[in-house]
Amino acid sequence: MAEPTPSVEALDARVRDIASRLRCLVCQNQTIADSHADLALDLRAQIREQLERGATEKDIERYMVARYGEFILYNPPLHASTSLLWFGPALLVAGGLAGLGFAIRRRARLAQSGAPIAHDPDDSLADS
Amino acid sequence: MNKRVVLPLVVFAILIAFLAIGLTRDPREVPSPLINKPAPAFDLELLAQPGQHLSLQDMRGKVWLLNVWASWCVACREEHPLLLEFSREALVPLIGLDYKDQRAEAVAWLSRFGNPYAAAIMDVSGSTGIDYGVYGVPETFLIDKEGVIRYKRIGPLTREALRNEVLPLLKKLDG
Repeated sequence: MAEPTPSVEALDARVRDIASRLRCLVCQNQTIADSHADLALDLRAQIREQLERGATEKDIERYMVARYGEFILYNPPLHASTSLLWFGPALLVAGGLAGLGFAIRRRARLAQSGAPIAHDPDDSLADS
Repeated sequence: MNKRVVLPLVVFAILIAFLAIGLTRDPREVPSPLINKPAPAFDLELLAQPGQHLSLQDMRGKVWLLNVWASWCVACREEHPLLLEFSREALVPLIGLDYKDQRAEAVAWLSRFGNPYAAAIMDVSGSTGIDYGVYGVPETFLIDKEGVIRYKRIGPLTREALRNEVLPLLKKLDG
């Protein structure tokens, strides 16, 4: 075995970097870089081989997605079917803030009108 | 009814609906991007006849099933009786792709449990498996006359899947 040259180490690092962004399909909560599954080994070898042939990261990503689908990407691309995934949390926060705003304004109005908040008839489920 | 009661109920119902849909789905089942795409080419050695090959081109003009299997695969034994049954009816060719396996072990496995395959080919390196996006052996592909993948099943084939999904599609494509 030859001494590892810097370029070999650089290649190793690139393989690791790309593999750490791909999901291992056999053990779905690990990346291909972390997994010791047979398929993960094969896919790491595949990444290395393609890098040696001069493929770019985008090429390799496309290669993986063509075979295993976008599920293999830990960083899902933004399009119609993933928009809820991307914007869902922001929507929830916006909804929560709007609800909070309404509640605060209501209470302020009730306090101004002099009605004791504790006796707000609308506040009690028993009155409904 | 008071809207203070109705609103939480509506939110709760929406949450329940989402969770109920979630329960019916299998998170391990990854939708294959290969459906309705041309089957990846292969040219592999036959298990029974060393030196002789079978390629995707050889299957042109036929509707056929590709079953990915291996002698080391425990779940393959589960679907095996069903495959034997299917092969006896001889509706379409069933080709076995012996995935990352040893010839001697695969041959012994087939003679022990029975051989449902019209032909079995060897993917020793697993590269054809990668091209087909295989990650959970056994897997089964239905490929049409033009060489397009029309159906994929991950995991053992069940009687229900065969009857409700594979056979109707076979009849439609082979008609």
